[in-house]
Amino acid sequence: MKEYWKQNLGYMIILLSIWALVSYGCGIIFVEPLNAFRMGGFPLGFWFAQQGSIYVFVILIYVYYLLMLRLDRKYDVDE
Amino acid sequence: MGIQGWTYVMVGLTFGVYITIAWLSRVKDTKGFYVAGGGVPPLANGMATAADWMSAASFISMAGIISFQGYTGAVYLMGWTGGYVLLALLLAPYLRKFGKFTVPDFVGDRYYSNIARLVALICAIFVSLTYVAGQMRGVGIVFSRFLEVDVNTGVVIGMVIVFIYAGLGGMKGITWTQVAQYCVLIVAFLIPAVAISVKITGVAIPQIGFGSTIISGPDAGKYLLDTLNQIGTDLGFREYTSAFGPGNRSMLDVFAMTMSLMVGTAGLPHVIIRFYTVPSVRAARLSAGYALLFIAILYTTAPAVASFARYNMVNTINEKTYAEAPTWFNNWETTGLIAWLDKNNDGIIQYRAGAAFVGKPSFTGALGTHGERSISNAPSSSTNELYVDRDIMVLANPEIAGLPAWVIALVAAGGLAAALSTASGLMLVIASSISHDLYYRLINRNASEKSRLAVGRVMIGVAVCVAGYFGINPPGFVAQVVALAFGLGASSFFPILVLGIFWKRATREGAIAGMVAGIGFTMLYIIQTKFLGVGWWFMDISPEGIGFIGMLLNFAMIIGVSLVTPAPPKEIQELVDNVRFPRGAGMAVDH
Repeated sequence: MKEYWKQNLGYMIILLSIWALVSYGCGIIFVEPLNAFRMGGFPLGFWFAQQGSIYVFVILIYVYYLLMLRLDRKYDVDE
Repeated sequence: MGIQGWTYVMVGLTFGVYITIAWLSRVKDTKGFYVAGGGVPPLANGMATAADWMSAASFISMAGIISFQGYTGAVYLMGWTGGYVLLALLLAPYLRKFGKFTVPDFVGDRYYSNIARLVALICAIFVSLTYVAGQMRGVGIVFSRFLEVDVNTGVVIGMVIVFIYAGLGGMKGITWTQVAQYCVLIVAFLIPAVAISVKITGVAIPQIGFGSTIISGPDAGKYLLDTLNQIGTDLGFREYTSAFGPGNRSMLDVFAMTMSLMVGTAGLPHVIIRFYTVPSVRAARLSAGYALLFIAILYTTAPAVASFARYNMVNTINEKTYAEAPTWFNNWETTGLIAWLDKNNDGIIQYRAGAAFVGKPSFTGALGTHGERSISNAPSSSTNELYVDRDIMVLANPEIAGLPAWVIALVAAGGLAAALSTASGLMLVIASSISHDLYYRLINRNASEKSRLAVGRVMIGVAVCVAGYFGINPPGFVAQVVALAFGLGASSFFPILVLGIFWKRATREGAIAGMVAGIGFTMLYIIQTKFLGVGWWFMDISPEGIGFIGMLLNFAMIIGVSLVTPAPPKEIQELVDNVRFPRGAGMAVDH
């Protein structure tokens, strides 16, 4: 059971790092250097702040759902 | 049929649907009343959460704010979506496993203390009241413009509708009306967005459209965002896509505000409570995903709407004579949300950076030389002559783009759906805090099911009246009031919930100290800077972003105080172990 909790925490740390990277990293701290690059009509940093980070958030939650589905079965704690 | 006729049809139809749902989902027990019987499917809960979540601020104000602020508007976009990642990973599954009715329930049990329960319930009521105040102003705006009834009458109509479905069906009635309200509000937001995107850029997906080129007019062939940057530079505003810089928020403030909104989202009781309604831990994780997906559909469209609205507005008004101004200009001037002061007496509307005059417009009642409504405000030193309330950008956008009357009416129905769905979710939190946490858990443990249900319904009535009062006497503009609720949510609940699950050593004394310190500091700062005219004294952080610091303070207090107080009893540590594993969640119970 300790192992289950540890793996859960591991998933959380990885996913939350991505969460922080796209929003606080690409959308705020590095927004100005990223704006030097363009994607169509979007400056890249601006795109991350107003679009990209939100797409990534949605994906992160679904990924966590699927990872935990597997983990719950593996350690036989599912419902 | 004109705009008004269509509006009566759309609003009448949607209200009819809400009432029908209310009748079909009326409840007889407290479990139905507080957690909708605990059997809401994840997809439906996702929609209900999205409607619960997306308020008048999201629907009416947000695109308007982005439209005026450009890049900086991203604090709302990231802040109000990123919190769901925290909810899904850190809170929702565990609180569902714990399986009680309310947030103060968890706090009271986990921290083995009725004082902690009481502090939590005061925080819950306080946060929800602040938040509900913002919603009713949205209802008022929609009614006054589109139904041309008195704002007060409009607010009362809205309140009666909410009382019917929340009073009859409690959480169950609210959940299923919110599903319907989500459908109304998302359709109402997307149809004009798509139509305007096609008009300006020829691309049917607004998310791509606002990064595309303009297809006609003087700016044809140029990227829309480049054109907006150019307009900004020409008229004395900042570039639309540029971050920070002079006249703008600092990077630290943008960071603090985004964090404060994210953490506040995860700590808002009316959002957390939605995860008590699903049948299992797995369903709680999945419905967080659905919720954010449904929210993201609106939140990724809003910045596109913002840029289209800005482009359209400047093009249709700036440097035009008052006589040339389109009809929507006069319509919104009538409601007092647009005003024009012809400073250089040339009869032409000049839209520039800076405020046109001091304060909100106060109309003299007379008409000026060009037929405009005269105002008595002192002119400012800028060359700008136009006052535009941010809140109208979404509501006026279809009119600005010249879309048909039924689309404009649909937007009105959508705005009402957004405001009413959020208001009803908040009212349930207020009602359940008093009737369940205060009356049943703290005052009368022997209350019968029937009397508890009756108290719940009476409290919904009280909450409706309070919300109605705020609708008639609105404070500030919508998103600003709402932003404050987040600071309070961030600095009160989030830290004690997270540590309650992830740190067994967190003690009762720590939790109480943390909540009191967090919300005390945040409130002090907000009251000082918003109402007493004190400067932003803490590292130049705005009152909207201070919840982040309040949260850090809360974390620090819990950890510090917990380490010097005796460890929680053994059964509490077992309880924490228990919530960490999904099996055996069962239905929510109330004792």
